[in-house]
Amino acid sequence: MTAYVLLEDGTRWDGEACAAPGPAVGEIVFTTGMSGYQESMTDPSFAGQLITFTQPHVGNYGASAEAMESDRAHGRAAIMRSAVNREDAAGATAGWLDWLADSGVAAITGVDTRALVRHIRERGAMRGGVFPGALDEGRARELIEAEPPMEGRDLARDVSPGEPIVLDPDAPGPRVVALDTGIKDSIVRNWRERGVRLELHPCGASASALLAREPDAIFLANGPGDPAALDHVVATVRGLVGKVPVYGICLGHLLLCRAVGLETYKLPFGHRGANHPVKDLATGRIDITSQNHGFAVVGPDGEGTIAADEPVRWETDFGVAELSQLNLYDRTVEGLVLRDVPGAAVQYHPEAGPGPHDANHLFDDFLAEIERA
Amino acid sequence: MPRRDDLNKILILGSGPIVIGQAAEFDYSGVQACKVLLEEGYEVVLVNSNPATIMTDPEFADRTYVEPLLPGPVTQVIARERPDALLPTLGGQTALNLAKTLAEDGTLERHGVELIGADLDAIRRAEDRDLFRDTMVAAGLRVPRSVIATTLDDAGAAREELGLPIIVRPAFTLGGRGGGIARTAEELDEVAARGLKASPIGQVLLEESVLGWGEFELEVMRDRNDNVVIVCSIENVDPMGVHTGDSVTVAPQQTLTDRQYQALRDQAITVIRAVGVETGGSNVQFAVNPRTDEIVVIEMNPRVSRSSALASKATGFPIAKIAARLAVGYALEEIPNDITRVTPASFEPALDYVVVKWPRFAFEKFPDVDDGLTTHMKSVGEVMAIGRTFQQAFGKALRSLELDAPPDVPSDMDALLARLERPRADRYAVLLEAFRAGASVDTLHELTSIDPWYLRELERFAHAPDGDFAGARTFKSVDTCAAEFAATTPYYYSAWERPGPSGARGEVARGERPSVVILGSGPNRIGQGIEFDYCCVHAAMTVRESGRDAVMVNCNPETVSTDYDTSDRLYFEPLTLEDVLGVVEVEQPEGVIVQFGGQTPLKLAAPLAQAGVALLGTSVDAIDLAEDRRRFGELLARLGYRAPPYAIAQGLDDAVEAAQSVGYPLLARPSYVLGGRAMEIVYSDDDLRAYLARSGAAHGGREIYLDRFLERAVEIDVDALCDGEEAWIGGIMQHVEEAGVHSGDSACVLPPHSLGPEMLAQVRDQVTGIALGLGVVGLLNVQFAVVGEHLYVIEANPRASRTVPFVSKATGVPLAKLACRVMLGEPLSALDLPTEANGDHVSVKEAVLPFDRFLGSDALLGPEMRSTGEVMGIARDFPTAFAKAQAAAGAVLPQSGTVFITVTDRDKDSAAGIAAQLGDVGFRIVATRGTARALSRMGVRCDSVNKIAEGSPHVVDLIEGGEVDLVVNTPTGSGARTDGYEIRRAAVARGIPCITTVSGAFAAARAIISARAEGPPVLALQDVHRGAVPEPQPR
Ligand SMILES: Nc1ncnc2c1ncn2[C@@H]1O[C@H](COP(=O)(O)OP(=O)(O)O)[C@@H](O)[C@H]1O
Ligand SMILES: Nc1ncnc2c1ncn2[C@@H]1O[C@H](COP(=O)(O)OP(=O)(O)O)[C@@H](O)[C@H]1O
Ligand SMILES: [Mg+2]
Ligand SMILES: [Mg+2]
Repeated sequence: MTAYVLLEDGTRWDGEACAAPGPAVGEIVFTTGMSGYQESMTDPSFAGQLITFTQPHVGNYGASAEAMESDRAHGRAAIMRSAVNREDAAGATAGWLDWLADSGVAAITGVDTRALVRHIRERGAMRGGVFPGALDEGRARELIEAEPPMEGRDLARDVSPGEPIVLDPDAPGPRVVALDTGIKDSIVRNWRERGVRLELHPCGASASALLAREPDAIFLANGPGDPAALDHVVATVRGLVGKVPVYGICLGHLLLCRAVGLETYKLPFGHRGANHPVKDLATGRIDITSQNHGFAVVGPDGEGTIAADEPVRWETDFGVAELSQLNLYDRTVEGLVLRDVPGAAVQYHPEAGPGPHDANHLFDDFLAEIERA
Repeated sequence: MPRRDDLNKILILGSGPIVIGQAAEFDYSGVQACKVLLEEGYEVVLVNSNPATIMTDPEFADRTYVEPLLPGPVTQVIARERPDALLPTLGGQTALNLAKTLAEDGTLERHGVELIGADLDAIRRAEDRDLFRDTMVAAGLRVPRSVIATTLDDAGAAREELGLPIIVRPAFTLGGRGGGIARTAEELDEVAARGLKASPIGQVLLEESVLGWGEFELEVMRDRNDNVVIVCSIENVDPMGVHTGDSVTVAPQQTLTDRQYQALRDQAITVIRAVGVETGGSNVQFAVNPRTDEIVVIEMNPRVSRSSALASKATGFPIAKIAARLAVGYALEEIPNDITRVTPASFEPALDYVVVKWPRFAFEKFPDVDDGLTTHMKSVGEVMAIGRTFQQAFGKALRSLELDAPPDVPSDMDALLARLERPRADRYAVLLEAFRAGASVDTLHELTSIDPWYLRELERFAHAPDGDFAGARTFKSVDTCAAEFAATTPYYYSAWERPGPSGARGEVARGERPSVVILGSGPNRIGQGIEFDYCCVHAAMTVRESGRDAVMVNCNPETVSTDYDTSDRLYFEPLTLEDVLGVVEVEQPEGVIVQFGGQTPLKLAAPLAQAGVALLGTSVDAIDLAEDRRRFGELLARLGYRAPPYAIAQGLDDAVEAAQSVGYPLLARPSYVLGGRAMEIVYSDDDLRAYLARSGAAHGGREIYLDRFLERAVEIDVDALCDGEEAWIGGIMQHVEEAGVHSGDSACVLPPHSLGPEMLAQVRDQVTGIALGLGVVGLLNVQFAVVGEHLYVIEANPRASRTVPFVSKATGVPLAKLACRVMLGEPLSALDLPTEANGDHVSVKEAVLPFDRFLGSDALLGPEMRSTGEVMGIARDFPTAFAKAQAAAGAVLPQSGTVFITVTDRDKDSAAGIAAQLGDVGFRIVATRGTARALSRMGVRCDSVNKIAEGSPHVVDLIEGGEVDLVVNTPTGSGARTDGYEIRRAAVARGIPCITTVSGAFAAARAIISARAEGPPVLALQDVHRGAVPEPQPR
């Protein structure tokens, strides 16, 4: 059965439907990771997005429980060059296409994904959809128009838990209270492996409710959407900074930055993949990192990028913030530390899942700081 | 940390001749390194014995020594040049071993030379298998269990411990020679015995088998700041048990989950840190059991390798170039990625396409050799193909292979399945046929252990080879980043896609300048090697200098031509008509050059012309005139030049009749193959019948060529330039071996050492006559045979020949570049050609044969070419140059000891002369009874030894016992298992020089006699070309 991808600028890419037929609309993004398709699809940060895989073969080793980054698929569609439904791979519990279909994810294969990605690179990430071939293009256009643009979208609410979840209450480590804006299982696993008493709280939880948990640290998770649309969460974080150490990853990084008064902006087509070099400005160490974000922090001079490999400083509402990590690909901010109050965050994904483990030490670093505080 | 200013002069070691397991990839890597170091302002000194390399072009180093890669000559170079550092990681195993020797014997320290790129300890930890396992275990990694054995009893005991099958690895043999897989107790006895014998210290390592597990390679780079990146993952479609060099491989890996892949990535990083390679690239090999997630480390190479060249071509990440920068102090983050320009080298390429590498084998040339694939490498070349999907890449790789004939595959299911029980060179053809015959993925997985994902793709491919080629051809670029950033380096591949907004030209950024398309030579194979790539690279340089865009089309990942730096635009494509036309369509070139890539592009000349494509240089008709036996015969007759009498026959009876008119002995060959394939000398009707029956040359009424075989003729090779009006002789080479030994396998001398001025004048005249008669515009190679006073034309090739690089190195005149200028329209008169190119030095080219890799093959030279590579020796006089060439080829001539001689009756007189000379300088002479009698009659003192049939101790015992230092054996009749065969086999196995022609033996004797203890003085090419060869010092 045929299907097509239509972008809001009217360009169309044909292929074949291979799971749920669609229509599925949202922001079309691409990831350059060469493995870990299921991890990406279940990463809550992809909520509201249609994922184009640049790796042409997808589904090669099937789908399995261990590759889940949350309890369900969050990407709305998979756009692929050549997808297979392999069921007999070692460790697989289902074929990839069956899994997509069961998860209600629209999927299209046979698409010239490279041409599509080049288009997005040149024009920027935009709204679009995956539609069954039989669906009239005019109708498809209306559906796309009806979808709100990513800028200004609060999607965290949709992926946040309804009730607090307390994990390992008897673990020996510090109590880390996470504001769950769509946390990945890999992050949860990393904290738990380190003996942390982790709690996941709805993103609407108030600062006082969180402080009432007597946390040793607050953790701001990854998640979908535009940080600028999460003023309610930002306000919560503002109420925490300076009172307890605050750490963040990805969306959490953006929220912490906004909470201390820094600006964020939308990247033209985001960072999604497993190969971005990030330099730690204190140690000179370069980690190859897993990335998945569409927004970034504005530098101290008001620019989106940082000119020199130096720990430049921002004056924030909570004192000085210092650039700690820099993306060597496009020189965007990848992490900062608060100098006058305890807190730090990174834009990339030290938990990997999918992607390289280079930056995994970051959990140890955070933990050491928490234990010191 | 930026460039090291404490270093000024850096010594680089090349890898020497092309041999199985060490091919053009080291020229590619070496050229990149030389270029980078020169750019960085270092003085570069290079040693490499291989004249067919681009790296030994004088402009790629300040001082270029075409000398044997042996401690003696390299020590001389060090003493003379006093480099500050030695970079040993670019010349394969050869350079690494040599560097290790020079470090261990104190040479480097004595001369204050620092090893950069990898230090001695790191080299040891990686190369010494014992030390490596200890290092891995200490780092918490798993390696296969193993036991060291020095006797068969040890081996039996190990069997209990390890269980069968067992991998046998002889200690200290190159490239796993003499090792293998033992699946049964009997096989273990056999393989272990062979391995113990092959090992110079009589020791083998018996290793736990992980046959059938997945085999994966990761290319890792590390810098001084301990930052590490993985450039590429490579998955072997053939599971463990088939050497990676012989496996079909895919990049990036396709079947591991993210968790499994990241585990490999973590381990690869642990390995490079544990081994302690401080800067540069390494290749780490793993075996993975996908069912259990078990991983074992197989080996690591602390240097650039075949796989790193492949990874570079597959990703656009130039590993060698970056390794060279890292070695002189830079960090990864300080080096820009050439392709995106905006990103640093400290990143990992993301691929949005699939790369397939296919090995190319040459078993047809070694009929006695087992074509089973095992733990040591047997392929002689490879192709790489890039596709948007596995099937596209696989299909393109198949097209790139250019097999002479499709593999002979059985048709019934049982036979097909039986054939898959052991991996063989033709396994994919068999696999595809089995799918067509209805075999299931499960059955074939059971048999081959190939991952079902690949099997399913192959199944679909078997049923619909064009399935994934639906849609329209469009060109996409290799950009290291899956289109995340704009690429500036134009490196393209064709993809078949649903037509989208981009159109056929796809991503090709073709400016306004006119372009010239140069067709490369495809996979390296015996008969068409790196020499042709050398010529293509020179063509690209020349086209660029002329103000046009040079466009390269080739599919060989090993080569310099497929470095994206070599041309303005690189199309990584198969060299078939259809694929080339695809490139022509988007390029709209001024013309296409088919003269430099050997027979591969030449074959395309006529169809391209027919398709309306303009060819530069020699016309299609002129090519046909040279290649069509009848037309060429008529031309020679018209010019009044002699050629051996010949006939063209059809079928067996016709052949026997025609043979009478030509007269025996005859050289018989099928008309449809090239490169001396299936060519044989026959002495009688019976011989001829037997040959025709055996070779199938006359099957289906095909044409057979019969030439009178000129006995005891001196063969001459000439390379010349012609612009259609005028010809110029680039070099005349006299062969050391007589005609009948393929020109590619014969040693040759430039200038000729024993031809008179009249004969040379005649050669010049005839070459000029043929060049003008054919209407050559560009290069021409003519082969002659001289019998007495008479000159015979053997053949003329209107294209670059194998000897062009050798001649260019010997004379300093860049023939290929000049030819390219002629093809672009300049007359010879504009080229400023010297009248006589020969200086006061002698150059010798020697062929390097793969007999030591193909145990079981007969180490005899004949009209069918079997060498894989060549070396060059340069000196003031012929014997010295010959000795250097021999040493460089791996047959270091002894200066004392025992010579064993056994020759045919007709060679006995000559043998006596040789024996007398060697006897005079103190050699002990040993001969078989007949030869001994003849020698004694001529007054030469010698001992006689038993033939094999006469019982032990016989000659083979003597050789295997290490009592012989040189073997001279000319063949008596053909066929396997003769004494001659056994003698040659034993000599090859022990690495003893074995000379099989009288002329070769004479040259060797002269070389031995004129040799001196300290070895001949080393010469830099830059001095040789200036005519500044130092006078020999008095003895
Ligand atoms: N323990 C083993 N079990 C099965 N196959 C093996 C084992 N070790 C090596 N091999 C096979 O032999 C090949 C050559 O071994 P390797 O150690 O890589 O030597 P080389 O130095 O020649 O590359 C490998 O590519 C692999 O396919
Ligand atoms: N008529 C002949 N007499 C003696 N040797 C010959 C004759 N013809 C060819 N040869 C030998 O056979 C070799 C290969 O033959 P050639 O015609 O050059 O084929 P190829 O196309 O493989 O180069 C030559 O290099 C030469 O040594
Ligand atoms: Mg290996
Ligand atoms: Mg020839």
